[in-house]
Amino acid sequence: MVRLAAVLLLAFVATAQAESVAIKAAYLHLPRAKAAISLLDVPADDDGLAGAQLATQDNNTTGKFVDLQFALEDVRLKEGDDPKAAVQALAARGVTLVIADLPAAGLLAAADGGRDLLFFNAGATDERLREEDCRANIVHTAPSRAMLADALAQYLVWKKWRRWLLVVGSHDNDKLYADALERAAMRFGARIVETRIFEDTGGARRTDSGIAQIQRQIPLFTQGAPEHDVLVAADESEVFAGYLPYRTTDPRPVAGSAGLMPKSWDAAHDQWGANQLQNRFVALFHRRMSALDFQAWVAARMIGEAATHVRAADPKAMLASFTRADFALAAFKGQRLSLRDWNLQLRQPILLTDGRNVVSASPQEAFLHQTSQLDTLGLDRPETKCRLK
Amino acid sequence: MTRPLPTLALALTLLAAPAPAGAAMAYVSNEKSNTVSVLDTNTWQIVRTIKVGQRPRGITVTRDGRFVLVAVGDDDTIEMIDTATNTVAGTLPSGPDPEHFVQSPDGKQLFVANENDNTVTIIDIEKRERLAEVAVGVEPEGMAASPDGKIVVCTSETTNIAHFIDTATRTIVANVLVDSRPRYAAFKDDGSELWVSAEIGGTVSVVDPVRHAVKNRIAFEVPGLAREMIQPVGINFTRDGKAGFVALGPANRIAVIDAVTHKVTKYLLVGQRVWHMAFTPDEKYLISTNGLTNDVSIIEVASLKVIKSIQVGELPWGVAVVP
Repeated sequence: MVRLAAVLLLAFVATAQAESVAIKAAYLHLPRAKAAISLLDVPADDDGLAGAQLATQDNNTTGKFVDLQFALEDVRLKEGDDPKAAVQALAARGVTLVIADLPAAGLLAAADGGRDLLFFNAGATDERLREEDCRANIVHTAPSRAMLADALAQYLVWKKWRRWLLVVGSHDNDKLYADALERAAMRFGARIVETRIFEDTGGARRTDSGIAQIQRQIPLFTQGAPEHDVLVAADESEVFAGYLPYRTTDPRPVAGSAGLMPKSWDAAHDQWGANQLQNRFVALFHRRMSALDFQAWVAARMIGEAATHVRAADPKAMLASFTRADFALAAFKGQRLSLRDWNLQLRQPILLTDGRNVVSASPQEAFLHQTSQLDTLGLDRPETKCRLK
Repeated sequence: MTRPLPTLALALTLLAAPAPAGAAMAYVSNEKSNTVSVLDTNTWQIVRTIKVGQRPRGITVTRDGRFVLVAVGDDDTIEMIDTATNTVAGTLPSGPDPEHFVQSPDGKQLFVANENDNTVTIIDIEKRERLAEVAVGVEPEGMAASPDGKIVVCTSETTNIAHFIDTATRTIVANVLVDSRPRYAAFKDDGSELWVSAEIGGTVSVVDPVRHAVKNRIAFEVPGLAREMIQPVGINFTRDGKAGFVALGPANRIAVIDAVTHKVTKYLLVGQRVWHMAFTPDEKYLISTNGLTNDVSIIEVASLKVIKSIQVGELPWGVAVVP
């Protein structure tokens, strides 16, 4: 009898070691508007999701060697769906990790409807999600608007293009981006010589002869401006910024929502080993990798990294591993990425891209910081309004 | 891709002055120039610049000294430079995008990390034939062979694992988790320790190759330098196993480590983005490749002083010394 028990115990130990741990995550998203000025910028149906899928495949390659199995479920909401209900259904199926591409309000509803789940905000750039409305169960892999604006401002100031003509769209998100740009100008020593609002009067972006009108409209709109070195546009709604380059009254470069754009990732980024990730992505999806794909890839890779150490889809233990001082995520950006422990925002370099090539990556060398140079991008610890709860 | 025509290559060979007997030659792969610079380690003069395929990175000398092997990743092959003529004399059939490789101690086989398809390719060097492939993690990069030839270690950059491959069965026998983006692995000459550098983690893991466990982690701290800039890559040991040298990438420094206590004893300031290193055969000098300054630094090992820097091609990556 005693011997039998010993044999059974041995058998149990052997299977326990070989058994792989399942890590279940979901990609929860509300498909975005497809409006884009350039056909090249119309997002793919699986924009974002594809990045999370590639990282899940990368995680499973690793998982084969360390007995972990990663799964990713695609949860697509429709306009008007309640994100909270979707989250509760996920929780009931044992999914504890959610990569989300939702507008700010939807993300907060989802996160508050699943307090025991861990959310990765891959899509929303809103400052308030990192500040007054921050949550202890939302990690942000998307950069905030302030991070993007600071990255651009550092470069423009390094170029000595300090006088900005700011053109802002008439939608709320355009104004939020303009706020971030104004803050960045002040912070890094640029000056906004004038701010103009470009009213969205409606109408289609795709017309048969619209280009002739635009050629006359944009010079009119930009004439009579004070002396400026660069025209900075805040147009997240894709209403006008794409029409600015080559059409302004004064021959000035355009930056912000067109021209030189700050982004977490670009289809042309090939430095720091990025070519390998780009190759894997194109081989799998037959299209180029977008910033949203990258932000979702990072989120799923963070899950993979944490799982190799925690060995469970345990949100609390995973979050603790991200905020440890020695956490270092490799993401083809030339340095380790880590998490700001005060608001769970991922620190990351921001690429400045002209749509064809990567022009530079911020932070720029001259802007120093006492703890991490990456904290020169976005709101820093002393400025934060976030109290994690 | 341009290469000199055979007749031109022959003419260049005839024109080149023969190297003095006994002068060890350092071969430096220049990733951007698509060349290999040949450096005379007696005179510290560049004596030749050899045109090779696209994106030369990993570089090593065959045990018999006859060939310098250089991985030309964008041409998906490995070129063999004949050290007698300093011309490309053949190729080895690697998988796609070879970056780094290691020879078996007997010099018969080459183990190649193919970054783009998550495999290690095993090649018979003499027959120039592919023998086998072993599936590994995402983006294999660092390669090391145990001194007894029984184990080859491959590090996967995005998987953060050092895979132990049994060279007889060509299967993975152990997987050791290390820090983020492991770039390079090296055994001590007595096989007692394996060191694995983690470029993004900023550490070197000291692995016990018998227990397959990390027994120590070496961290680096350079006053006045952001932690993100410390990115360990190349590792070299002195033959007696007492000193380890670790190239710290954009920290522009080489860390000197007491390889017994695992304590950093000194940081040597070299060129920018220091990547890989090689000793001269007498271990009097250590040569480092500095990518962003397009030069190599020469370190006198006894005094631990950087005595010279020499311009080579663009983005020097690796270096190998032919005795």
